[in-house]
Amino acid sequence: MAVAFDEMNIPGGELRPAYQELARWLKETPPEALEYRRQEAELLFRRIGITFAVYGEAESTERLIPFDVIPRIMSGKEWTLLEKGLKQRVRALNMFLRDIYHGRDILRAEIVPDDLIFQNPVFRPEMNGQQVPHDVYVHIAGIDIIRVDAEDFIVLEDNARTPSGVSYMLENREIMMRLFPDLFARHRVAPVERYPDELLSALRSVAPQSASGEPTVALLTPGVYNSAYYEHSFLADKLGIELVEGRDLIVKNNEVFMRTTEGVKRVDVIYRRVDDDFLDPLTFRPDSALGVPGLMSAYAAGNITLANAVGTGIADDKAIYSYMPEIVKFYLGEEPILKNVQTWRCREPKDLAYVLDHLSDLVVKEVHGSGGYGMLIGPAATKATIEAFREKLKREPEGFIAQPTLALSTCPTCTASGLAPRHVDLRPFVLTGSKSTTIVPGGLTRVALKEGSLVVNSSQGGGTKDTWILDE
Amino acid sequence: MLSRTAENLYWLARYVERAEYLARTIDATLRVTALPAAYIGKTNEWDSALLTAGVAESFYQTHEEANEHNVVDYLSFSADNPSSIRNCIEAARLNSRSVRTALTSEMWDTINSAWIELQAVWSKGTSTREDLAKFLRFVQETSLRFDGSAYRTMLRNDAYWFSRLGLHLERADNTARILDVKYHVLLPEEEHVGGPLDFYQWSSILRSVSALTAYHWVYRETLKPWLVADLLILNGTLPRSLASCYDNLVRNLDQIGVAYGRQGPAQRHARGIRNRLEHSNMNDIFQHGVHEFIQEFIADNSRLGEIITKQYLI
Repeated sequence: MAVAFDEMNIPGGELRPAYQELARWLKETPPEALEYRRQEAELLFRRIGITFAVYGEAESTERLIPFDVIPRIMSGKEWTLLEKGLKQRVRALNMFLRDIYHGRDILRAEIVPDDLIFQNPVFRPEMNGQQVPHDVYVHIAGIDIIRVDAEDFIVLEDNARTPSGVSYMLENREIMMRLFPDLFARHRVAPVERYPDELLSALRSVAPQSASGEPTVALLTPGVYNSAYYEHSFLADKLGIELVEGRDLIVKNNEVFMRTTEGVKRVDVIYRRVDDDFLDPLTFRPDSALGVPGLMSAYAAGNITLANAVGTGIADDKAIYSYMPEIVKFYLGEEPILKNVQTWRCREPKDLAYVLDHLSDLVVKEVHGSGGYGMLIGPAATKATIEAFREKLKREPEGFIAQPTLALSTCPTCTASGLAPRHVDLRPFVLTGSKSTTIVPGGLTRVALKEGSLVVNSSQGGGTKDTWILDE
Repeated sequence: MLSRTAENLYWLARYVERAEYLARTIDATLRVTALPAAYIGKTNEWDSALLTAGVAESFYQTHEEANEHNVVDYLSFSADNPSSIRNCIEAARLNSRSVRTALTSEMWDTINSAWIELQAVWSKGTSTREDLAKFLRFVQETSLRFDGSAYRTMLRNDAYWFSRLGLHLERADNTARILDVKYHVLLPEEEHVGGPLDFYQWSSILRSVSALTAYHWVYRETLKPWLVADLLILNGTLPRSLASCYDNLVRNLDQIGVAYGRQGPAQRHARGIRNRLEHSNMNDIFQHGVHEFIQEFIADNSRLGEIITKQYLI
């Protein structure tokens, strides 16, 4: 595995310009002061109740995501490039979805194979020919970005269903500003606080035609036991919209209403944080108690906008991912600005053979998995694990893709033995409304806190950092 | 606002108020039982505590007799008693989480910090009297902080009014229950059989509704049972009296009615109860039987809860 790109230090001892002021400050600040602030930050998180639930543990387990107080810094120039690439990528995702559920030009051009769409459980036939306002499918995208050198940004994963984590981007900044006002005074950090405003205007801009002049937006949550519940309530609060559960909504005459103390009130746009499968028990899983019976018929009638649209999973599927460079070229006629990780599709015999030969060097992921579950990290796995995985892979090769183990870039991070480099990724949030696509400068930096670890997922020992884009 | 949100706010306030009342009841009972037997007579004060908390029936399903140890445990820490202080705090936190958007950060912080702090108490319990006293004080302070932050930080809109409805309905219920259990020591002097030992019963009642000092300010008199009853039932200046609770319930319901542009059965029912309290005096109440009066009130009060639920919360 190649040596990881160090975002702070240039090999040879010099510092990258964006980190110079931070390095000076770190030199002046005694380690105890950092440790003290770290504890203070943890206390704040607990008091505010910024916790998440870990599935599989006792119902009432609420955990904190560890927060690292050393910010991750990027120059304005780097950001400008990244921003351009993200907008391009999300435009392509939306055009792809529109095409898949309408004309299917890309299938006829034989760029993406048919069966990858039609035999994919996240493809929603209900969406065939369905018009969505302004052709926006993915209103909120979280694109996971990694760096392996100073030049390139690489997309690790597109999240086009119900990406989470933006509350951490906002809260991490709040807490950093409270704890380190002096450090902020020495930098020009681009603010992130307008995210809720931009989200609300994006959501309002895609209201259905039958909505009144002031469309009503609500956030649909599965409820307090969901792992991201804190984020749902946080966002509803910042947006000033109602936080609804399925039982708060009813469908009458193909319109959606919420039950209020003054009777029922029409809802025009639902920012839903409930998966497709659970949205409407009449259309999808009949055992879902989280959804709203009849929601899909109101959707088909064009009386409600769902953000993100139903069926967007077909665009962020790991099998589709490997086709993204071609997808960008096909719809936009442009070279993709963001790179893809080299990906072997185990469904293709040639690729499968290669993967089986190199299991101990590769990361193998389930096509439909998420959250870092069910994957094999070859270099870190025991022989027995690899052999067991090999059997699984042979049985169902179309369920897997493989990628090289990437040396994710590192940032200085507080550890038990002082500051040390740890691997990071970045999830910026891309908002698409009727007229424009916007990205607040920053995102959620996740950091693998264990030495050498490449797994940044919060469910498996990852932490977060504040992400600074310098305004130059 | 969402009906579910209003419902959560209403119950949140009820749970916090109930936790405080339970803490006060335990506190007052500890004081009166610490007296030599000659001062309090033969009644089992721990049994009365269960009755005023409305949980005697469920308690005796699993316990033989009521004593300090098992009643304190049942009212404070029991996970099986749905109205223990512990379950009230747990329910309050769960309600708070589901209506975070309707709470101010100060209110959330009060409930969440208390919940975090109390986790240790649930797992360890209180081993000494001093620990117990500290715990009871903490619960009362949490309720004061919660109430204070609601008063100081909430917008004066339906969210505030629904939370006040919960508070006053619960408070009226609690005051009425203690009267219901202790009415026999509140009869006028001529009918009264207890004698001077009831003095400690009267002060205990006042203490459990934090009205001992208030009594002296209002009447400038030594403790007299019918004045204790007058204070707790009819005196509009005492925040925990039935009259005062109903002034508040009527006012908050009216505000909701004005904001929504319509009155309903809840407004009419509350006004009916308030008018009855306004036109009563203690003589009449004693004449018709204080016990009957209180029982009727408890039924009317819980009926109001049902009407509010039907009109707004579902």
